[in-house]
Amino acid sequence: MTAKNPSQPNGAVIHMDGIRKVYDTGKVKVEALRGVDLEVQDGEFVAIIGPSGSGKSTLMNLIGCLDTPTGGTYRLSGELVAGLRKEQLAAIRNRRVGFVFQNFNLLPQITSYENVEMPLLFGGISRRKRRQRVEELLDRVGLGERMHHKPTELSGGQMQRVAVARALAMNPDILLADEPTGNLDSSSGGDIMELFQELWEGGRTMLVITHDAALARRAPRQVEIRDGLVVRDNTNGSTDLMSDSIVDRPID
Amino acid sequence: MSWIFNPLRQLGRDLRTQKMRTFLTTLGIVWGTVAVSLLMAFGQAMHHQMLKNTAGLGNAIVIAFPSLTSMPFEGLGKGRRIRVNEEDMELVRQRAREVGAISSEYADSLQLKLGTRTMAVDVSGVSPEFGEMRNMIPQMGGRFLNALDEKNKRRVAFVGDELAETLFGSGDPIGQVFRLHGSPFTVVGILQAKEQDSSYSGRDKDKLIIPGSTFRALTGQKYLDLFILASNVQRTKEATAEVRGILAGKHRFDPDDEEALGIWDTTEMFQFMDSFMFAFNLFLGIVGSLTLVVGGIGVSNIMNVVVEERTPEVGIKMALGAKSRGILGQFLAETLIITAVGGALGLLITVGICAVWPTGTEEYIGVPRVSAPVAALTASLLGLIGLVAGFFPARAAANLDPVVAMKMN
Ligand SMILES: Nc1ncnc2c1ncn2[C@@H]1O[C@H](COP(=O)(O)OP(=O)(O)O)[C@@H](O)[C@H]1O
Ligand SMILES: [Mg+2]
Repeated sequence: MTAKNPSQPNGAVIHMDGIRKVYDTGKVKVEALRGVDLEVQDGEFVAIIGPSGSGKSTLMNLIGCLDTPTGGTYRLSGELVAGLRKEQLAAIRNRRVGFVFQNFNLLPQITSYENVEMPLLFGGISRRKRRQRVEELLDRVGLGERMHHKPTELSGGQMQRVAVARALAMNPDILLADEPTGNLDSSSGGDIMELFQELWEGGRTMLVITHDAALARRAPRQVEIRDGLVVRDNTNGSTDLMSDSIVDRPID
Repeated sequence: MSWIFNPLRQLGRDLRTQKMRTFLTTLGIVWGTVAVSLLMAFGQAMHHQMLKNTAGLGNAIVIAFPSLTSMPFEGLGKGRRIRVNEEDMELVRQRAREVGAISSEYADSLQLKLGTRTMAVDVSGVSPEFGEMRNMIPQMGGRFLNALDEKNKRRVAFVGDELAETLFGSGDPIGQVFRLHGSPFTVVGILQAKEQDSSYSGRDKDKLIIPGSTFRALTGQKYLDLFILASNVQRTKEATAEVRGILAGKHRFDPDDEEALGIWDTTEMFQFMDSFMFAFNLFLGIVGSLTLVVGGIGVSNIMNVVVEERTPEVGIKMALGAKSRGILGQFLAETLIITAVGGALGLLITVGICAVWPTGTEEYIGVPRVSAPVAALTASLLGLIGLVAGFFPARAAANLDPVVAMKMN
């Protein structure tokens, strides 16, 4: 199911050029992104850091086609996203990207199994294949025994692992995580980081927003956002340039 | 498959979190459905009953009474009696093209003897066509008078059901013999009981009907008391005018003299009743529909609440790749399910009410029942209301911005 587009000129999965995002709340206009250029190659692991309110979540939503930019061009595997219809964007969210959120965003009334099953339902996967896939994924994140528990019966770390399983359901090639360890204790957070590391080694493109210096350092590349602009893009994998003072800012 | 099962599962979940509100909403639909279907069931029953009562007199017939002239004509003064006999009837039969059937009626009160009993009964001498024209349906085992009876002046009688009861009790009256005006008569048929809410000379159930030829021979009466004619329901005016013209020519009275030949056009009653019942049913339908619309507004309200409460869920689903169309369908399906359940319950209640409706009121309001048209009309009205009630909340959900929706947690 991993879709790769061979026609892209330089192999970039994500190619953003002068991306702007303005939130028009009627009275005031908030300029969340003010011209972001970003290129991510297939299989990269990128940590996105920056202070609260700098535009990290906005950027991630645009990358995942959960929202559309006000200006600039965004190509996903070479395809211009601006020209796509609502239903096509839904299909991209279903197949190309998996989201992991800080607050898990699981549906509380249904079981882990049913939560993980949802993207497969939207993707029109047959009942038999859905069952197979959900069981495989929950085993993969170590929750095979908790399949029929509801989120309220799980710990934070377990909930986030269900969320990761759900994000992987349609086997997307891009995983987007917005402060995935923000609500977890350090031990559970470490488990999630471990899981991400494995997924990356398995060939996925990973973008992780984090305040956690340790997790940020795991990524070979760090992109720092401030006031809606990319202020630093450390691609050489050296963490020396990253001052802990930035990474360790309080969580919003 | 999931498109039908998922909404069902979802609905179950919503019902649990919204018990009271869902209950009241469904109650609104139930109540509205009962109102619509019950009013229509009763309206239809009344219409049926009125038609049936009127048909007791006959199937859209015109009744004509030869009477006194009210206008001078060709030197003849007014107040002259017009006497019509069987020869005139023959003339009308030959000449009138608008008339489908015609029957004379001779009427008198005659003495009847059965065993030791003697009583006066209303006797009518009629043509064989009379039976069909006046809805004189015989009970099993009997028949109405026929052309041979008329031709051979047979002494046979068709007896009203109540008169038969009085005369013969519970035994089989067919073939029984009694004396009328001194001559023996044989019973050939008994009237099947019918509703009759209008008449011109007593109810049919109390009458004794014999052939017109026999009547004339028996009593010596030459001129008929009245005659009835049937024509195309839409053309009774023309038929009446034609008959009046033929008789006016023969008996030399002014064809415009309305009183020389008195007319009772029973089709006018049918037409009036049709429009009256249409208006009445329309009124009942509108009253019921308004109740149902109020129920629909309730459903729309609860769906708005449901959408609002499930906004984060909608956002999450969109993030996972749910299409707007799917979200729309999900909420629409839920609304339709609530409406369908409420509607089915409502129809069941109406069917139940009709089933246990006490007997004894049939004569006035007929037998209420949920007929296919009533059920179909109610169901389509429900479907429409469900669609409209569900559409706007569902569209609101489908148009949610996923990023904003997810933040509503
Ligand atoms: N839906 C929205 N409407 C209006 N303003 C928004 C909305 N989402 C984010 N913002 C604003 O945009 C800016 C960037 O927000 P966000 O991308 O969430 O930052 P971060 O994730 O880095 O904390 C902030 O000033 C925030 O208040
Ligand atoms: Mg954020």
